[in-house]
Formats: sequence, structure tokens, C-alpha cells
Amino acid sequence: MELVCPAGNLPMLKAAVDNGANAVYIGFRDDTNARHFAGLNFNDKQIAEGVKYAHDRRVKVFVAINTYAQPDGWSRWTAAVDRAAAYGVDAIILADMGVLDYAAERYPNVNLHLSVQGSATNPAAIGFMQRHFGIKRVVVPRVLSLAQVAHLIEESSVPVEIFGFGSLCVMVEGRCLLSSYASGQSPNTYGACSPAAHVEWRDTPQGQETRLGGILIERRSHSEAAGYPTLCKGRYHVAGELRHAIEEPTSLNTLDILPDILAAGVSAIKIEGRQRSTRYVTQVTKVWREAIDACQRNPQAFRPKESWHQILAQVSEGAQTTIGPYERTWH
Amino acid sequence: MPSLNNSTHRPRLSLGPILYLWPREQVLDFYAEMIEAPVDTIYLGETICSKRRQLRPEDYWEIAERIVAAGKEAVISTLALIESDGELKTLQRLCADERFTIEANDLAALDFLEGRPFVAGHSINLYNQRTLAFLAKRGLKRWVLPVELGRTTAADLLRTRPPGVECELFAFGRLPLAYSARCFTAYNRQLGKDDCQFCCGDYPDGLVITTQEGQEFLNLNGIQTQSANTHNILPALAEVGALGIDMLRVSPQSQHTGDVLRIFADALTGDLDPTEGTTRLRDWAPSGLCDGYWTGQSGYKAGMPGQSAR
Repeated sequence: MELVCPAGNLPMLKAAVDNGANAVYIGFRDDTNARHFAGLNFNDKQIAEGVKYAHDRRVKVFVAINTYAQPDGWSRWTAAVDRAAAYGVDAIILADMGVLDYAAERYPNVNLHLSVQGSATNPAAIGFMQRHFGIKRVVVPRVLSLAQVAHLIEESSVPVEIFGFGSLCVMVEGRCLLSSYASGQSPNTYGACSPAAHVEWRDTPQGQETRLGGILIERRSHSEAAGYPTLCKGRYHVAGELRHAIEEPTSLNTLDILPDILAAGVSAIKIEGRQRSTRYVTQVTKVWREAIDACQRNPQAFRPKESWHQILAQVSEGAQTTIGPYERTWH
Repeated sequence: MPSLNNSTHRPRLSLGPILYLWPREQVLDFYAEMIEAPVDTIYLGETICSKRRQLRPEDYWEIAERIVAAGKEAVISTLALIESDGELKTLQRLCADERFTIEANDLAALDFLEGRPFVAGHSINLYNQRTLAFLAKRGLKRWVLPVELGRTTAADLLRTRPPGVECELFAFGRLPLAYSARCFTAYNRQLGKDDCQFCCGDYPDGLVITTQEGQEFLNLNGIQTQSANTHNILPALAEVGALGIDMLRVSPQSQHTGDVLRIFADALTGDLDPTEGTTRLRDWAPSGLCDGYWTGQSGYKAGMPGQSAR
């Protein structure tokens, strides 16, 4: 099972490589990828250096071009595919059928992975993408229970990658427009959920307020910590009661079910967080490398070390972690 | 802007699938009324949750036969999020019936429908001309523009669309914004999804959630999240026609769907001014109207004539 780690810049890529990643995933400095944040991602020089650094150490590099192109920006997406192919990366992670069609036709020898943003959750959907674009791997949305993931692996001939750790999308990726409803920009159209330019933080006598596109998505007491301002983790009134109506401010951690993930036949486990820090990548990669190695040596005896949980808790967003949709009770 | 009366291209009207859980009798009564309503195409079928089985495929086919007998087009809509074998089997069964056109709402349906005419619903991510051309080669006859896309992208796509492929716009209703593994209705009733007691049936138009300063924001409908505001494209009717949009979709709500269709129909024939029509539509939008997506703004905003100020 491959460990796939995030790199928002060159130091993060080196940290992932040095601490045991089997593959790192990166993006370009524009809206062609779903972590389109200021100051993040790779220019040409950095990609060349990053690919060389990783390949010299037998680590793979994947490039995410996983947002949806509109006609007025189409050439940016094809140019991104051209650049990724030119740098000899090990796979391109795509979501848009048009971009997949372009890449499959132009670069038949480049590995294509279907991004989580491609929203394929069943064997027929995956089969369609495999038949037309020859995808070599699918990253499945965080909607399936682990039993469903295991069944999908049995039914499908495409290797499956799942998210194992990091911030948790509550909605089917690629089909969530909540961000653009509030701000005008979404992961699909802009490459970010809750883009920073549309977020306002304000201290008021009632508490600390977070607004997205002018809409009050959270008001918390001054002592509560603020996480990434996704509107799905805010508090709202539902039938007269104030609560986290969609999801608590939790993040995903599947360390406790690692033997089951392994037994299910998952090909790769992905760590979320290209927008996080070098320290995050270092710590999380180190823990997951150690955990996967221990689990593969002896799955029956595998118990996550308390120190692993402590390290991961320090870098997690929000106070709580969850196994999320992999556990049926979450649904 | 060209007058709609003189325009050679006048969009037809469609009725989207019922997105909520209504009692069987209410559904049957609803379609009996809609068959008489001024609408050209009726989409029907369960698109949200496979646990809702108060109508079986046979029931939908029977209604569809009646729709066709009344001289309208019937399209069978399918589930938007497919996870289980059972859901896949039902989908395959619906797609295998060639009497009616199918609306694909998940990639799985594209797999089953390839090679025969189909409609791509708004949850199929068709954002550019290459995707449009790709799907047209596989049998696409009409696509519903993803709801977050506005007039600029619609115009670009329409300029270069493959011959014979039609474009449909989500024109009136609470916007379908997201799907999840979690049932939010059950979650907010402190029930597990596997023991949901069909509590979404208690909310015939969804469960509205409100911000901490009292703004009605989103609308929970089982695993789907919708906008609280009702999207309304009526003020842009002339522009929509001039762009070459072929069909306008009205999304069913528990009250006044027939009235909404009549307003759109009258505006399309030029018998009703769109601004006047919008003033009347405001009464049937419980959380207010919006149109931001069409003009390239935040979806919840309302900027076109007659939309704001309830």
C-alpha cells in the first residue's frame, strides 16, 4: 500500500520524500488544481527540481489538475497537462471528462488517475472512466463505508486510493457547490473552498464571527479555536436549536482502522493538506510511514501507538478527529 | 435585447423530478395536475435517496405512459449518488427500459446509457466544450447546465455546441447544491441513517437552516443540501431565449408548482411581463428569490429586476 503525501511547495515535497512517502502530489500555481491558494504550489523551476529530488530517491510525483475547466480558461488546463507530461511525472490526477479526454488522446503513455473531485463512487462509474480514458487509479470520495470500499475493490479492476488523514469533506467531492453559493467561487470553478478573499473574521461583543461572502457561517466564543472557514462546519439554527447542522469541526484520522484498510485491498492511502506546513507534512508522513510498515509486518498485532495519536492531534485542525464515513454510524 | 415575441427561439418548459419525500397519493395527485399544466417535458423518478420507495419503477413508468399519452415528453430521472449494489441494479433496470429517455445524474448512468439518446442532469459535471463533444458522441441529446455556471459559460458552450444537442437551464426552485453520505435530516433529528424513520417525509419542502443572525441559508433534504433561497431566472427570459437555451426547468415544490409553470408559460408567450411575473413568484419562494449564479455572483444573491425585497 502506497503512502501518498501532500506538497504545497518544494520544502514540503522534500519533507515528504525524506520521511517515507511513496508518492507526493503537487499542483501548479493557478486554478487548475483544488488547492489554489496564494503563495502555494509549484512553478516550472520548482517542479523540475522537485521531480528530480523525488525520482533520485525513488519516490513518485503526481500532479493534480483536478478542477473543472470552463471555455474561457480551457487552454490553461491543456497547458497544465502538457507541462505535467513534459516534466515526466508519474501520474496526472484529473477530474474533468474533457481534460481527461484531452490527456488520454495526447499522452497515451502517461498514467492518469481519477481525482476524488471526479465523483466516482461505484464500479459502473469507474468502469466508464477506465473504458474511455484508461485511468490507472481512482481516488474515491469520502462517502463510502469501509465495507463499501472493500466491495468496490472486489468489483472494479481499477486500483483504489482513499483519504486516510486530514481535513474532512462532508459532501461528495466534485459535486459540492456550497462555497460558490456563498462566495461565487467553488472547488470546481476556482480551485478552493471558501477562498480567502471572501472570508471575513470579526471580533464582536457576541463573539468572534466568520463570514463567507457576507454570510455568517460561524459565531463562536472568544475562547474557542477557529478552524478552516468551511461553511459545512459552522453552527446554524435548525428548528429553533443552535447546532452543527451539517458536521462538527472534525478532521479525518483512520489510523485505528489501518489493518481493515489494508485487508480491504486499498492500493494507496492519501494524506490531505497541501495548504498546511512543512512541519505538518514531516510529522504526518513520519507517523503514517511507521504505522503502515508496522501494520504490513503484522496486521493482527497492529495497535496504533499513543505517541502517534499525540503527534497527529498536535497537527490536526479542530479538536476532534473522526473515522468519518468509513464507519457506518457516521452516515 | 430582442423581444421574446419576435424571437424565433422560444425555450420550452420542463418540470424537474420531485426532490422531496411526499406521500404516494400526493405524488399521484401532483402528476395528475401536471399532466394538465402548461409544461412540455416532465422528469420523474427518485434522484435523492434509494430508501424512498413509496413509488416503484413500475409506478413511474405508468405515470410516464400517461404523460406521453397527453402529448408531453416524459424523462425518467435517476439517482444522483450511487454507492450500493442495490442502487446500481435499480439504475441498470431503469436504463434498460428504452420506452423513455433517461436523465443521467451519476457517471454510472452514462456507463449504462452509452450509445442511446440520454439527458445529462445538472449533477453531471459538464463545464466545457470538450466534455460536451465527448458526451454528444455517446448519445447526449440534452444537458442541464450545472447550476453554479452562469450566462458567460452558457453562452460560450451554446456557441460551439454539437448539432442537435439541447441545453436546459435550472430556472426556478431551491438550488441543488451538494450530496453527502450523511442524511442531514436524520442527523438533525438525532436518528441514524439506517434508522431514519423516513423523517424527511415530515418536511415536504425540506428543512431550512438559519444563520446565527437569522438569515435563512440552506435547506436540508435527506442527503442533499439545497439553497434556502429560490433561484429564479424569469427576469432574464429574453436573454435566455436569445442565447439559444432550449428548455427551462421548474423544480417541484409542495405548493403552487402549477402556478409557477403558468407564470413561466405566460411570460414565454409574451402574455406576461417577466418583472410582473417575478413579483408574483416572490409569494411562492418561502425564503426569498435569488439569481446570483446566472450573473456570475454568489448564488444566494438577487440582482435582477423584481427579485429582491420580499
